[in-house]
Amino acid sequence: MKTIRIGSGAGYAGDRIEPAVELMEKGNLDYIAFECLAERTIAIAQEEKLKNPEKGYNNLLENRMEKVLPLCSEKHIKIITNMGAANPYAAVRAIKRIAEEKGVRGLKIAAVLGDDIFDSIDKYMNYNILELGEKLKTLEGKIVSANAYLGVDGIVEALRNGADIIVTGRVADPALFLAPIIYEFGWDINDYNLIGKGIMTGHLLECAAQVCGGYFADPGYKDVPDTWNVGFPIAEVSENGDVVITKVEDTGGLVSTATCKEQIIYEIHDPSAYITPDGIADFTKITMEQVGKDRVLIKGATGREKTETLKVSVGYMDCFIGEGEISYGGSGAYERAKLAGEIVKKRLDYIDADIEELRIDYIGLNSLYKDYISDSMVNDRTQLGEVRLRVSGRTKDRKNAELIANEVEALYTNGPSGGGGAMKSVKQIGSIASIFVPRSDIKIEVLYEEV
Amino acid sequence: MKLKEIAHSRTGDKGNISNISLIAYKEEDYQLLLEKVTPERVKEWFKDIVKGEVKRYELPNLGALNFVMDKALGGGVTRSLAIDKHGKSLSSALLEMEI
Repeated sequence: MKTIRIGSGAGYAGDRIEPAVELMEKGNLDYIAFECLAERTIAIAQEEKLKNPEKGYNNLLENRMEKVLPLCSEKHIKIITNMGAANPYAAVRAIKRIAEEKGVRGLKIAAVLGDDIFDSIDKYMNYNILELGEKLKTLEGKIVSANAYLGVDGIVEALRNGADIIVTGRVADPALFLAPIIYEFGWDINDYNLIGKGIMTGHLLECAAQVCGGYFADPGYKDVPDTWNVGFPIAEVSENGDVVITKVEDTGGLVSTATCKEQIIYEIHDPSAYITPDGIADFTKITMEQVGKDRVLIKGATGREKTETLKVSVGYMDCFIGEGEISYGGSGAYERAKLAGEIVKKRLDYIDADIEELRIDYIGLNSLYKDYISDSMVNDRTQLGEVRLRVSGRTKDRKNAELIANEVEALYTNGPSGGGGAMKSVKQIGSIASIFVPRSDIKIEVLYEEV
Repeated sequence: MKLKEIAHSRTGDKGNISNISLIAYKEEDYQLLLEKVTPERVKEWFKDIVKGEVKRYELPNLGALNFVMDKALGGGVTRSLAIDKHGKSLSSALLEMEI
């Protein structure tokens, strides 16, 4: 049976490049996909594009392409990535420039467009927002981006037209991997049991090292060899959709049924209905078997017909968060940190700061889990050797967020004794609202450049 | 015994929803997880943090459970005031639960 080998070259926008290069050099790959787009990333990229129409793509794009373009050409490995973010065609032009500078020739580079529907956002003002349960028009004037989650269509079209490198904006993460599988095996996109298996493979690979022993080690419970040098994964996909997950020999990390189980359940809700633009995958009948060192055979995903709508991420300017931290040590560290927290709270009341929500944490005691769980793990708060106070608050404007940050810093000269290492920050927060639009509203276009 | 002795876990996030997997190291311990780690107990354990419903999904083939917790991330990953806005560390808290 025909098999293809797909590597995963990045699990997030800023991921390491060395494991991706190693994968391309030694992984005997047919394809490599780089997943670099978190939910919020496009809104930020959109701002960059407004300032400079040639920007708005992943800011590590040039860096990555300089390292991988020669390998793409020499070893005939096709590259698929969502590094285009808010500006895939500018990213393609940047790649063309780098290829020319490096003397790499004979490559066709494609940009998949159509996800960006910001220009027509006005017609969706009466649509409901998934997260807020309100109409989109409540965000009018604050919206900065709107991108539909595309499926495989544009990528498959580019592959059929001979593209070697395909750059997209917002597509569903598994589609980056599902597209070459559909193209290579000529799968019918209406055969949802096959599509479900391809989505499964995409979901296993989309976070790169996370299926190879990254984000897994827990000394004494889950030991991982050479975690510092954890390798990125390879999927050996068969024509019937079965897949073996493995990695390059001699890299760190491990591929076991345990690492694969953690990743297949990662960021899913109902395992019988993992919804993507290309179909609804059902993971409940999946089986896993260790078939060799760092080799796990996974099969049994099924699928159902895709939905009539596509999810659109709408980025909007939401609020400000002001934050401050300061540390206390020695006997009475907790009591002094607690006093410091009370002081900040009283001061913010006294100066009449306009704050939507305020949170006070003691790092080292309860900043992750609040009190109920933390108290089950810490016997005596007064015995802690050091405690770091953290105060954060959400506000409508920058001025009030600054008041929070400044009151924590002012503990240096005005607060309890021995406070050290104060830090403060004020951030403007962009958030994401999701709406669902008819598929027929989305028009996909593929543009090409050649070197 | 803490859950950590028989199971491992990873947390994921989507908006204001957190999902925590709970995976038995040994197949035979799955039944114990099923009996002891009910959605009600998980909701009680995370009562300071999770403001919404807790649903439990079963994956018997993998010896795993998936807990989906609504209103669990302080209003959502972007606007949460928590130091761990994604709730990534919640998996370690679940494993601290005594059974």
